[in-house]
Amino acid sequence: MMKQPFEKVVEQHGQTVLRVCRVLLGVHDAEDAWSETFLAAMRAYPDLPDDANAEAWLVTIAHRKAIDVLRARQRQPAPVGEVPESPTALGVPGAGDGDLWQAVGALPKKQRQAVAYHYVAGLAYAEIAEILGGTADAARRAAADGVKNLRKSYPGAATEGAPS
Amino acid sequence: MNISPDYFASPADPDTLRRLGHRLGLAAEAEGLLDVAYTTVDSPVGTLLLAATPKGLVRVAYDVEDHDRVLDALSQRLSPRVLRAPKRLDAAARELDEYFGRQRRVFDLPLDLSLSSGFRQLVQRYLPEIGYGQTRTYGQVAELVGSPKAVRAVGTACATNPLPVVVPCHRVLRADGTPGGYVGGPGAKKALLSLEAAA
Repeated sequence: MMKQPFEKVVEQHGQTVLRVCRVLLGVHDAEDAWSETFLAAMRAYPDLPDDANAEAWLVTIAHRKAIDVLRARQRQPAPVGEVPESPTALGVPGAGDGDLWQAVGALPKKQRQAVAYHYVAGLAYAEIAEILGGTADAARRAAADGVKNLRKSYPGAATEGAPS
Repeated sequence: MNISPDYFASPADPDTLRRLGHRLGLAAEAEGLLDVAYTTVDSPVGTLLLAATPKGLVRVAYDVEDHDRVLDALSQRLSPRVLRAPKRLDAAARELDEYFGRQRRVFDLPLDLSLSSGFRQLVQRYLPEIGYGQTRTYGQVAELVGSPKAVRAVGTACATNPLPVVVPCHRVLRADGTPGGYVGGPGAKKALLSLEAAA
């Protein structure tokens, strides 16, 4: 098997990583996290085993970069809220989805991560457990609790969308 | 469990990703991570892929060579750190434009010849000595590089030229005056020869 040009990795996984970053950080900081993720990935890419799951690898990097962004944000003297005040103006998905972002932003960190990695990136719970630490069962519970909480605060999530 | 990734999509995603990709190219260049930058340009002989390392232009590829395959080969032979990052190719794109517009007869670009070696590279280094609008036969080139019997090897060196157009293998013809093979197809070779003849 051959290592494909990094450009192809960006083409194939850029969108998923962007969505994962949005769920982890909100729309505002997602782009910085995306950029940091792909720059770090490009640095390490020659050493990635040819048969590695590139998406899981990228999500693992995004996980770390998102933590960096959160830490940097906490150090700021006047921290910005997690959810933009007027989300639609910042290019978030369709009208009215500000509610969804508020719902996601209100989730406890672990649940937010588990939702991002399972429902957005499509990783298996065993893979998520490797990223978050803990067991696959714990990852499954965090994702399930996250979805339950999302449904409570954002009922649309229960009625639409493709089953995972 | 009906949370779908599409909830976290945005109609602006393609634009956002294009912008982020551009930003990645600049950051990778600044960090010294951009081992191979490439872009594509339109030309009278079809879409050309241009690729450069930090050393210089390393590959010009015709459409018929299949750009995806060319990029795969660059990834394998040079480095997988390959990004579409047109900025590094600005000068090459400009000079090609001038060449096709008959405003330029000589390319003045740093070249990276690391995709060829040995006799092939020797021949490819020699080719720019054949001036604009001139032609040589494979046999003449073999003589000029000091291996008069290596006519066939000169043919191979021309056929495997990683930098067609810029390194003018199109100026090498068969002894009977017919164009002979060309990496971009016989039509492209004829087009370049008549472009240069008309000037």
